[in-house]
Amino acid sequence: MKISILKVLIFSFIIFFLLVFWLGLKKDNNYNTRSLVGNRISNFQLIEINNDKKYISEEDLKKNRYTLINFFASWCAPCRNEHKYLMNLSNENKKIKIIGINFKDKKNNALNFLEELGNPFSFVGKDSEGKISILFGIYGIPESVLVDSDLTIIKKFVGPIDQVQYHQILKLIQ
Amino acid sequence: MKIKIFLFIFYILFSIDAYSFENKNKLLEIYKNLRCLVCQGQSIADSNSDFAVTIKLVVQDQFNEGKTEEEIYKFLTSKYGEWIVYQPTFNVNNFLLWTLPYVVLIFGGFIIFLVVRKTKHNKVN
Repeated sequence: MKISILKVLIFSFIIFFLLVFWLGLKKDNNYNTRSLVGNRISNFQLIEINNDKKYISEEDLKKNRYTLINFFASWCAPCRNEHKYLMNLSNENKKIKIIGINFKDKKNNALNFLEELGNPFSFVGKDSEGKISILFGIYGIPESVLVDSDLTIIKKFVGPIDQVQYHQILKLIQ
Repeated sequence: MKIKIFLFIFYILFSIDAYSFENKNKLLEIYKNLRCLVCQGQSIADSNSDFAVTIKLVVQDQFNEGKTEEEIYKFLTSKYGEWIVYQPTFNVNNFLLWTLPYVVLIFGGFIIFLVVRKTKHNKVN
């Protein structure tokens, strides 16, 4: 009888370990920011790219129904690809304001980039050292964060916005 | 008098150096416990990627502002999730990670106890 208890214990242990490893291997271990949806962004101040005295903070964003905060740079090739979708969003939808944050870039290059492709942003802030990007949980660009008037993150878009994500944004802000 | 001045300057310089050495070590310790999210199996301390460089700057700023190690981890976790720290805090999602070694130890001990008792019992019989 005692042997059977021992066998049952060892057997249950093996099953338990196999289950833990199976679940662990099945789980997607690639980092994503899904868990950050629902968090609020706070304590930031964005200085305008052209004017060091002009800035916006969280209070300004609270006035918008929805804000898409987009991190871009002139040296970032995928940023060029997503730009047309940002232009469409800003031209066709009044519910959303787009804030651009120029990431680790030279001012002139950034301004040329916007002149060439158009400026979809209601405000262009600068993040020369990249420190502001950390406040928004950014780890590579392009990345965009969609927030509501409460500054709660509705969705994070890692990588360039494409046709599918463009429609996702439209659906989310309906 | 000259010796006293020399010793005083030496003491000040040594104290400053010791202080900065201590701070550097503390910062390195923090970097080592932070995962570089864009690298393969590297910590922030090991990496020179753009992301790691920025994280180092932010950690340095917060450290100089007087924030504690825990406050810095808490801030980064709020921005990037638990994945950014190598030593995650105890919560509902990872309680198995923390408790499993102890559970294994206790059960393992129990199994050894049963085996030993059974062997002794057999020998007596």
